Amino acid sequence: MADEPVLEVSGLSVDYILDAGNVRAVDDVSFTVGRGEFLGIVGESGCGKSTLLFAVAQLLAPPAEVAAGSVMFGGNNLVGLTDGQLSAVRWRDMSVVMQSAMNALNPVKTIGAQFKDAMRAHGKVPDRDIAARSAEVLQMVGIDPVHLRSYPHQLSGGMRQRSMIAMALLFTPDLVIMDEPTSALDVVAQRSLMVQIKELQLAFGFAVVFVTHDMSLISHFSDRLMVMYAGQVDEIGATRTIFDRPLHPYTQGLLEAFPSIRGPRVPLKGIPGSPPDLARVPSGCRFRPRCPYAVDKCAEVAPDLYPLDEALVRCVRREDGSLVS
Amino acid sequence: MIYALRRLGFFLFTLWIALTLNFFLPRLMPGNPALAMMSKFHGELSPKAVNALEILFGVNTKESLLSQYFGYLHQILTGNFGTSLSQYPASVSSVIGSAIWWTFGLVGIATILAFALGTFLGIVSAWRRGSKLDSVVPPTFVIVSAVPYFWVAMVLVLIFGLTLHWFPSQGGYYVTTDSPGLNFIFFQDVINHAFLPAAALLITTIGTWILTMRNTMITTLAEDYVRMARAKGLPSRRIMFDYAARNAILPNLTGFAMSLGFVVSGAILIEYVFNYPGVGFMLLQAVSSEDYPLMQGLFLLITVAVLFAILVADVLTALLDPRTRTAR
Amino acid sequence: MAMPVSGVPTETPVSQAPELGSARAFGRIGRAVRLNRKATIGAVILGIFILIALFPFVIAHDSPTQDAYPAQLGISTAHLLGTNHYGQDLFAQLVYGTRNVLIIAFTVGLATTGIAVLIGVAGAYLGGTWDNSLNVVTDVLLVIPLFPLLIVIAAYAHGGTTPVLILAITLTSWSYTARQLRSQALTLRNRDFLEAARVRGERRLYIIVVEVIPTMTSLIVASFLTNALYAVLFASSLQFIGLGDPNTVSWGTTLYWAQNNAALQTGEPLWAIAPGALIAILGAAFALLNYAFDEIGNPALRPVRKTRKKGAQPVGRGQRG
Repeated sequence: MADEPVLEVSGLSVDYILDAGNVRAVDDVSFTVGRGEFLGIVGESGCGKSTLLFAVAQLLAPPAEVAAGSVMFGGNNLVGLTDGQLSAVRWRDMSVVMQSAMNALNPVKTIGAQFKDAMRAHGKVPDRDIAARSAEVLQMVGIDPVHLRSYPHQLSGGMRQRSMIAMALLFTPDLVIMDEPTSALDVVAQRSLMVQIKELQLAFGFAVVFVTHDMSLISHFSDRLMVMYAGQVDEIGATRTIFDRPLHPYTQGLLEAFPSIRGPRVPLKGIPGSPPDLARVPSGCRFRPRCPYAVDKCAEVAPDLYPLDEALVRCVRREDGSLVS
Repeated sequence: MIYALRRLGFFLFTLWIALTLNFFLPRLMPGNPALAMMSKFHGELSPKAVNALEILFGVNTKESLLSQYFGYLHQILTGNFGTSLSQYPASVSSVIGSAIWWTFGLVGIATILAFALGTFLGIVSAWRRGSKLDSVVPPTFVIVSAVPYFWVAMVLVLIFGLTLHWFPSQGGYYVTTDSPGLNFIFFQDVINHAFLPAAALLITTIGTWILTMRNTMITTLAEDYVRMARAKGLPSRRIMFDYAARNAILPNLTGFAMSLGFVVSGAILIEYVFNYPGVGFMLLQAVSSEDYPLMQGLFLLITVAVLFAILVADVLTALLDPRTRTAR
Repeated sequence: MAMPVSGVPTETPVSQAPELGSARAFGRIGRAVRLNRKATIGAVILGIFILIALFPFVIAHDSPTQDAYPAQLGISTAHLLGTNHYGQDLFAQLVYGTRNVLIIAFTVGLATTGIAVLIGVAGAYLGGTWDNSLNVVTDVLLVIPLFPLLIVIAAYAHGGTTPVLILAITLTSWSYTARQLRSQALTLRNRDFLEAARVRGERRLYIIVVEVIPTMTSLIVASFLTNALYAVLFASSLQFIGLGDPNTVSWGTTLYWAQNNAALQTGEPLWAIAPGALIAILGAAFALLNYAFDEIGNPALRPVRKTRKKGAQPVGRGQRG
């Protein structure tokens, strides 16, 4: 992979400051992303993955705040920098793709105008160059450059999403952060978008952090996988490793929850219960109320991430049933 | 295009309703008020004028209601609003004509100023959420907008007109010393006299613009495309105006249409307090002198003006929003 | 369809439970009013006015109409606001006038809101031609300038006694609220808990009365306040220009007599300013309550805590995380 990681997140915690008290939506999350690596982050709705993404990109807004931790990118800690200081890094080195392109694109400006805004914000570029680059990125994602003159509502859902990706690549950044860009699309469009993203990644060598709730989809494209639950990282490791040998009971539950097309027909197993209210987390392990293997120790000790074979797992119980001391 | 036509159709329909209301109201009231009015002015009117009034109010006529109605419509649509009774023998249209420019100038300028200033303050207030500006401005203007228009006018008259003598507190110009004409002295006089009424109108109406713009901006600022603009590293000013305000102002323009009714009420009351020779003042004078033809004519005029302004605002909104512009 | 990560449908993390029955809604409103400072101030002011209206004799010791005193006295302990041109005690006039004002405010507020609920919700639920016709009526009334219309009506009626004013204002002012209620009712039509009621086989009327209307409680209450405010403004304006009943004791009629006697110009400014100030205070009370309601109903508008960024001017600080 890489010598130096392109992104290094350490101990990042995000709080929502509410009248009733602070709620910790992201709890002590750490991970690295190597150059050109594709990291998938999966989790249920409300597990904090989107909040985590916004925290990394410094796009949080009140009442959310980074409470602790650092985000090392390009040699700087992004946490605590002002918007002015961040603008040097934004879009040139790190760009963002959001979930719904219909909401993420300014409805009263043409696609071309929005591309131009991004380019103008990072140095005086002559109009001709702007037009050329804009056409170039659109073609990279398979859209006719004539649509630079179109408004967002005039494009189809898939085209909108792809033009967002094109916009994210205007400066061929080192890192592209994507927040569920496929969730609003149908299955076929999803797949073709993922394939396109992967091709672009291989061609231009940027790293990708991809958040989704769709584990089956991401597993075909990611190099490493991070599973989040209730604001914490529960398991992290190479995709293949996690799929072949899921170690955390939650991950196991997830993988058992969807059927294999080619395998034998078995009844679907869900994970009973629902994720905890982050304002009132259970004592000890957060997954304990839903875990089929919970023992007494799980209620007393909140587990750390323990290295187990080639992955990190937040569970006191090893595969053979023995407990981590 | 179709949208504009549909709106136009709606407005014509509303106009027709207003005309019909004008027709039926005096006839519905117990003891046709027109009778009293006519007897008051009896003997002063020419037979033609009497006849026109009879058609307008359905007095002394043996015609059926329906034919009266069509006669009325015909009369109105040919621009004949009858003869003014208090300013006999001037026709209603000419009487209105003399007042219309005063109101137009006063209300037009004050409203545009209020809208522009209010919208700007609303944008800045929303942008600087949680700052001192934002904690002072909204509550202040919430209270100010609940204050009756005439009271603000009275306070201004008292303080700046009668006590401090900074501005005149009556009339449109010094009737005794000046005469209307295209000369500098006259203009200066007019502006002098219009200052306090305009200030009153501005103070009472600006609150609505500030508050609605602020609220729509706050909702807009929470949109993903604003967050996206931040992510792209765009400068704050560009985000505030180009991304947030341009979207937030769209529902505001529609709100502008709604508020016009209140601007009109304000204008009428303020003109009354200042004796400002505009359309509103004239309406109230017509009421007190029971000059019903004039009153009806003014009501129709005001209605048409408001409808026209709303139509303009609608068209503007459609033009500014590409989603309605492009035919789907 | 993408496979969800867990096989079991997850709960929405932030509680989005629909507002339940009326009693709960009022309870919540009461609590919210207590917590929101603006609302508390507004409620207190309103409460004081209500008490004054109910028990005017407790505060004012003179009769409002008795012109027993020498005219144009200044402020003194005997006459808190002095006397007017006719030798009547101004303070007493204003205190006794409160009742008329509040009666108008609450009656028109209730009636207008009631009509608006009927028309707005009916339009949303009946749909089709019913909805279209109701919409046209609503829109026309929305667009016709109301105050001039009221002037014309009152002029033909040769001045309105209080019941006439109430009737005229009620019949003309319901359209804005009806539109608001209709759009909220429309968005509610498809909410899950209503689907559940439909599936249970409940009749449409039941759904409308028992499920939908209680959900709209906060909007209905806010509309009531707005309508009451505008009723006060319209009514007192009409009285002020002489289209009310000049013999009623009310703030607007006091203003009328003041204007008639050129109070401002003849050195009796209090006669003109005081009633207007009272209207302004009452209006402010309604407006504060309403403003607080806006915040209650739309959490995005609530006061925002400043973030602790070092020397930063966070762009668009009003965003939600």
